[in-house]
Amino acid sequence: MDHFLFYLALLGYLLGTLHYLLYIASQRAIVGRVATYATVAGFGAHTLSYIFRIYALGRPPLGSVYESLSFLAWAIVLVYLVTEFRYGNRVIGAFVLPMVLLAGSVAAALPRRIADLGPALQGAGLWVHVALAILGNAAFALTFCAGLMYILQERQLKSRHIGRMHFRLPSLELLDDVSLKSLLFGFPLLTLALITGSIWAEHTRGSFLPLYGRETWSILSWVIFGGLLYARLSAGWRGRKAAILAIIGFCLVLFTLIGISLLRTGRVL
Amino acid sequence: MEILVVGLNHKTAPIELRERLNVPGEDLPKPLEMMGESPDLVERMLVATCNRVEVYAITEGRAEAAAETITDCLAAYRNVAKTEFVHTLYIYTAADAVRHVFRVASSLDSMVVGEPQILGQVKAAYSIAQAREATGIILNNLMEQAFHVAKRVRSETGIAASAVSVSSAAVELARKIFGDLTGRSVLILGAGEMAELALRHLVDDGVRSVLVANRSYDRAVTLARQFDGRAVTFEGFRQEMVGADIVISATSAPHVILKKEDMQAIILQRRHRPIFLIDIADPRDIDPGCNEVDNVYLYNIDDLQSVVEANLKERRREAERAEVIIDREVGVYLNWLRSLDVVPTIVSLRQRVEEIRGAELQKALGRMGDLTPEQREAVTAMSQAMVNKILHQPMTELKRRAALQDGHLYTSVLRRLFGLEERQK
Repeated sequence: MDHFLFYLALLGYLLGTLHYLLYIASQRAIVGRVATYATVAGFGAHTLSYIFRIYALGRPPLGSVYESLSFLAWAIVLVYLVTEFRYGNRVIGAFVLPMVLLAGSVAAALPRRIADLGPALQGAGLWVHVALAILGNAAFALTFCAGLMYILQERQLKSRHIGRMHFRLPSLELLDDVSLKSLLFGFPLLTLALITGSIWAEHTRGSFLPLYGRETWSILSWVIFGGLLYARLSAGWRGRKAAILAIIGFCLVLFTLIGISLLRTGRVL
Repeated sequence: MEILVVGLNHKTAPIELRERLNVPGEDLPKPLEMMGESPDLVERMLVATCNRVEVYAITEGRAEAAAETITDCLAAYRNVAKTEFVHTLYIYTAADAVRHVFRVASSLDSMVVGEPQILGQVKAAYSIAQAREATGIILNNLMEQAFHVAKRVRSETGIAASAVSVSSAAVELARKIFGDLTGRSVLILGAGEMAELALRHLVDDGVRSVLVANRSYDRAVTLARQFDGRAVTFEGFRQEMVGADIVISATSAPHVILKKEDMQAIILQRRHRPIFLIDIADPRDIDPGCNEVDNVYLYNIDDLQSVVEANLKERRREAERAEVIIDREVGVYLNWLRSLDVVPTIVSLRQRVEEIRGAELQKALGRMGDLTPEQREAVTAMSQAMVNKILHQPMTELKRRAALQDGHLYTSVLRRLFGLEERQK
């Protein structure tokens, strides 16, 4: 059941992606609404699939790469939908949803047998840690998209050669605001993730030094986005520089994540 | 019955002629009444703007004669000799007329394609005609359809999405930088006419705080007062730029008044908050190098002009998409119009009833078992007689009404009552 619902969710995200892209190409309001409906429907199916899987496993489904990637896709959609409703702007969806679709499709391609976790990898502390870390990075995915769009819009405005994209993209102010808000949302989550992770590690292994790639990943992400937040809040960094740093940071985090996953042959994120 | 459009517009007639034939809104009923005296023009309305004078009419007789009547009325009413403007007139009938009305309402026929006023003007003209009972079922339906098409064109194409004047292009760019302009502040350097025009647009768009710096302080005070703003000394304008979001520069200074180094210092004091510089002075006031500073967006008059050009190109592209929508809608409308014709309605009503009679007769005969040929004959004859009796009165009435003005009303009601529309599909 949970697999069927997961595929249904992917279908929703696929339709959402196509319609968001079509929306910026055509600017037809109805296409935008369809995009939102499809994404919300996909999100609903995804949530249900999670509930079923929790029943089947008797634990949060965060044990394998498949489960974690699927959760990442779910979290990005959650963060995105909140943004869409708050700002009333659908153009961002054309950048976020393809990412969701990618994460979901990669997850779908991975083995889905239920991972047999050793006793070392059990316990509520671990699940909280992993969930918070993924949620935090989902927020950074939005920071990344807003940054990308900022760069595109800023380049058009600076060059004074206004192309067709110019009219579709939101204002710099809005993009910078989304970028800052998502950072402000994601960073505390990641901080909490690191704290719970350390407590759990000390509790089970007697040391809170990070031993797993997963933790290196979280710490790297924390340092980069913490630095960005600091630069924004205290040094008054904004706009292009902040956007570039967010893009570089997110790519770095992503590469580390992929590298670690490959090295560890997909046991635990 | 024919749909007829007679008129002239900015493409066919020079402005002097359009001015002489123009009818101000409050005077519209008079020419409508004059045209109403002719039995040819069953329904009519008059659209008069500074770019067009047009009559939309439904005629009973020959279209040529009706067009002649309209021309005479216009000439007589505005006291302009027919020979002066008759060569500038266009006359459309049937599909061409419908297309023209749709294109006008959708602003595809406007001088500035996509400008929003025309729809309001057509709506106003229509409601005046409607109030005088100069319109009827066909023209009402045509106009409702035209408004629907205009709405579709507006929402489904980007025909009116972008700015096509320098001042509105500046506002549009400001919105792409700051989002909402409400509560933003603007600093004006120089108190000339150009500065005032640009300022007017920004204030209309929600900019609240206005600062004016001018070499002659008195003029600055005068301009500032017009916009509830504040005058500042010209020497202190760099300091004021720390707080302003938009700067419009239009001084008559012979050299650059803001250098790149100045801008770099100012942006630091602004803590990198974006600033939009609009240089409309000739020669330029602001060093072009300022655009290289982060979070500074500098546009001069040529840049704004090229934005306008790009927008116009975009509009033309969108207009092509709009034409496709209009083609489709003209087809839909003409189908509806055809369905109002009385002959096909009578034919399909007969068919419908005949089918029912045939089917019911077969059922009844099947149930009755063995009948002699005479008996069968009698039953069949009875069913035919019933149908004919029932249909006789409505058919006669429909044929009689068809010749009258409200015939279309009867056919459309009849089609709906007997479900004839669905059957056609």
